[in-house]
Amino acid sequence: MSEFEPICIYLVMSLLVSLISLGVPFPFASNSSTYPEKLSAHECGSDPSGDARSRFDIRFYLVSILFIILDLEVTFSSPWAVPPNKIDLFGFWSMMAFLWILTIGSIYEWKRGASDRE
Amino acid sequence: MIIDTTEVQTINSFSISESLKEVYGLIWIFVPILTLILGITIGVLVIVWLEREISAAIQQRIGPEYAGPLGILQALADGTKLLFKEDLLPSRGDVRLFSIGPSIVVISILLSYLVIPFGYRLILADLSIGVFLWVAISSIAPIGLLMSGYGSNNKYSFSGGLRAAAQSISYEIPLTLCVLSISLLSNSSSTVDIVEAQSKYGFWGWNLWRQPIGFIVFIISSLAECERLPFDLPEAEEELVAGYQTEYSGIRFGLFYLASYLNLLASSLFVTVLYLGGWNLSIPYISIPELFGIKKIAGVFGMTIGIFITLVKAYLFLFISITTRWTLPRMRMDQLLNLGWKFLLPISLGNLLLTTSSQLVSL
Repeated sequence: MSEFEPICIYLVMSLLVSLISLGVPFPFASNSSTYPEKLSAHECGSDPSGDARSRFDIRFYLVSILFIILDLEVTFSSPWAVPPNKIDLFGFWSMMAFLWILTIGSIYEWKRGASDRE
Repeated sequence: MIIDTTEVQTINSFSISESLKEVYGLIWIFVPILTLILGITIGVLVIVWLEREISAAIQQRIGPEYAGPLGILQALADGTKLLFKEDLLPSRGDVRLFSIGPSIVVISILLSYLVIPFGYRLILADLSIGVFLWVAISSIAPIGLLMSGYGSNNKYSFSGGLRAAAQSISYEIPLTLCVLSISLLSNSSSTVDIVEAQSKYGFWGWNLWRQPIGFIVFIISSLAECERLPFDLPEAEEELVAGYQTEYSGIRFGLFYLASYLNLLASSLFVTVLYLGGWNLSIPYISIPELFGIKKIAGVFGMTIGIFITLVKAYLFLFISITTRWTLPRMRMDQLLNLGWKFLLPISLGNLLLTTSSQLVSL
């Protein structure tokens, strides 16, 4: 517990840092005069057309799907990598099998063009 | 059961001294944290000033010169000005997401300073999982960027937020694989142990020489994580007005600004810790206690020297990343993702396998 005590306190302190800096401008910076054009979204001078949250490129979604797979790979290999003295050849080869399966998957999606951004 | 008054008094005085001890313990936890926060704030101000001065020198102009000697107070003046500016909320945006976004970014980046050793045993939390705490916590920041981009209800902000999220998650995997190789090499993932594993043989003992591929991949990925110029697509001025921070004004914009420089400082400190030998003097055959005639490195003087050496190495890396900004042109989004997924990822995976094999052979 004592090892993680500074982390909790530091979390609260960093929360306070951001909240205080958000709170300080309140007395000074008042919303003096507001009119619709001032508060509308910036679109290079013209009135904003439509909603910004409509459609976006599918490739961003593909990137995040790919990330989930490889992030799992990294997450699984971190406990494997940390105490290397305790890992014998069996541990090494079982990790190689796991990585090999993921590599095959990556090569498959590479060849199918999921990561091609034309 | 009968307790006479003297016993009650002793029990009372005992409990009072116990609570006093707890209070002192709390104060001793707070002092280093406050010092650290103050220190990194000053560090950020220095980086902003350095960036403006170095950029001015590269572009052969004068740069900040009026605020204080050599314009050194310019960053402080800018920050104070941002504090007094009006805080606008876009009328059609999501107020909650818009307000929380910058705070999440700043908090997650501030938290990564927990595991950075600035000197010999000069670290807030010496965890056995040190570097992984950094990797885990720094991946919270893109959520904040995505929230602020989505909450602004602006097309530029939305594209910027999406780009920021895609970019940071793409470059996080090579970064983590490099960190994994380092912790394999030093048999530990505590940052203190990683530095101490590099303390022998002067600068020949640096992980830089044992992991050259990892070092290059780490530098490229950390530049991309910081959204520095070859990879500053999320806030590309010519395409998206300012990316996810287009709608922000006042101190919320200031928080984004602070967060980007905090991230840069954290990355350069981690380069120092992981590859450049941390607080060690790193000159062969010369050790700090012999050189200055002090008994041990843990004293106040030794600590000051350790902090100084760490900061010199970190600012050397900062100088490189600032000059990179004015040397390399910006990449395209598809080039960026291809570099991350098709070049850095296989290379860093191969580097990890190479490191594992060499460790197994040497066992």
